[in-house]
Amino acid sequence: MNPRITLATAGRILRQLRGDHRTVALMLVVPCVLLGLLAWVYSDAPGDVFDRIGPALLGVFPLVVMFIVTSIATLRERTTGTLERLLTTPLGKGDLMLGYALAFGVMALLQAVIASSFAIWVCGLDIAGPVWLLVVIAVVDAVLGTALGLLASGFARTEFQAVQFMPAFILPQFLLCGLLMPRDRMPGVLETVSDVLPLSYAVDAMKDVTATADPLGDVLPSLGVMLLWVAAALVLGSLTLRRRTP
Amino acid sequence: MDSDAVVVEHLRVQRGGRDVLPDLSVRVPEGQVVGLLGPSGGGKSTLMRSVVGVQVVAGGTVTVLGEPAGSPGLRRRVGYLTQAPSVYADLSVRANVRYFARVVGVDPEAADRAVEAVDLAGHADARVENLSGGQLSRASLACTLVGDPDLLVLDEPTVGLDPVLRRELWSIFRGLAEQGRTLLVSSHVMDEAVRCDRLLLLRDGSILSDSTLAELLERTGAEDAESAFLALVDEAGGRTPDSGRTADRGAPDGGRPDGGTPDDGTPDGGYHGRHLVDEEDEPS
Repeated sequence: MNPRITLATAGRILRQLRGDHRTVALMLVVPCVLLGLLAWVYSDAPGDVFDRIGPALLGVFPLVVMFIVTSIATLRERTTGTLERLLTTPLGKGDLMLGYALAFGVMALLQAVIASSFAIWVCGLDIAGPVWLLVVIAVVDAVLGTALGLLASGFARTEFQAVQFMPAFILPQFLLCGLLMPRDRMPGVLETVSDVLPLSYAVDAMKDVTATADPLGDVLPSLGVMLLWVAAALVLGSLTLRRRTP
Repeated sequence: MDSDAVVVEHLRVQRGGRDVLPDLSVRVPEGQVVGLLGPSGGGKSTLMRSVVGVQVVAGGTVTVLGEPAGSPGLRRRVGYLTQAPSVYADLSVRANVRYFARVVGVDPEAADRAVEAVDLAGHADARVENLSGGQLSRASLACTLVGDPDLLVLDEPTVGLDPVLRRELWSIFRGLAEQGRTLLVSSHVMDEAVRCDRLLLLRDGSILSDSTLAELLERTGAEDAESAFLALVDEAGGRTPDSGRTADRGAPDGGRPDGGTPDDGTPDGGYHGRHLVDEEDEPS
């Protein structure tokens, strides 16, 4: 591992993204469109359904988007031979993993700022806690998506497989994260499973920051679990990177 | 010659349950351009991947610049050009080469020099995906040259290039060898043999010949590398497991029928492959 190589790699990934305006636009605009749509769906409903569901979705979008983009991007490195070439250079596996995490972390920051602003000021989402904390959660959430995407891409041989990993890795987490049914009211086994899955903590943290005026004490443990998942996924993911292949 | 840049001993590589390299031993002397010639599917790329340390090997040793192949210390000293151009299609030529420059720890000016060396200065800001096939492989080559490695392992660097560019690239390779760099260059175009200091003829995972071109022609009585190769294949006798796979001749005069080797050029039966040559040329 070498900071120069890690930063060079992150810079290179961002430069690649900058050349792909449509992907950048999709990453930044789609969450806003979906949030807007959701707010509209519940606009005539009694109660404050959007205030309940909106924050949870702010926790889902970054994870999903970064997961897909990262798993495709790293699969491309494998299939075009750039990964094989890089692994004959001084680049360490960690340089590549952290390079991706950093680059998409920057994208996540942009996405989080834009989606949160849109949710609060356009859709009228009420946030009791500080907005900066919401952005921090979204960034960690996106880095989590990147790390899981890096891990998943290690098991994908084709683009078809990589895309299928999104429903396989993410949808179960979505079903169990407490959005459809509060987690403490699920069957015991499922509740236990959801206690392990990282998206549950992202959604919990988002709910806390919107519901409580001083949520730091509730949010920090959730962030801690998410960061543990990030570390575990990056370490496991780097194990799937082999310098020698058959 | 003082020493060997690459020493391969009893290398065995299996891919897909098949021995691609059953038991291969070969040396690449320092400071020379060594051509690795032979039909596709003969194990050229597998040997090169073993030398750069990205191939899982089943047995034997590969020593590169005095260290086991793939050692961390070699990653700055060995440059590898993959057979398919491995560059980022969505970046410019310059951005690609500068990225690899930063990875190996050289300054951006070195990147610009590498782009010039492969004659792409006029396309430096073009996105790689908009380049022609020949430009693409040169962009990939620039990323290998940028770190000025001691050993360059180039897998078919001139494939698909026009004769003028091929000549230019070979003169770059020659210049690097004159500066003391070692080059292992594969090709399935037999007429590139004249550019190399030594030739390794590889077929079905075995070295058919390891010598200079002059020695090879003298021994086989053939007129060029291609006829010499065919003579050696014939000499190896019925050792052709699948007759459908013959030399993938890329030479323009590929009309010579298989087995049409001149009879008068048949070498004496005392040729035992590379070992004879090694003993003559390299008193270890």
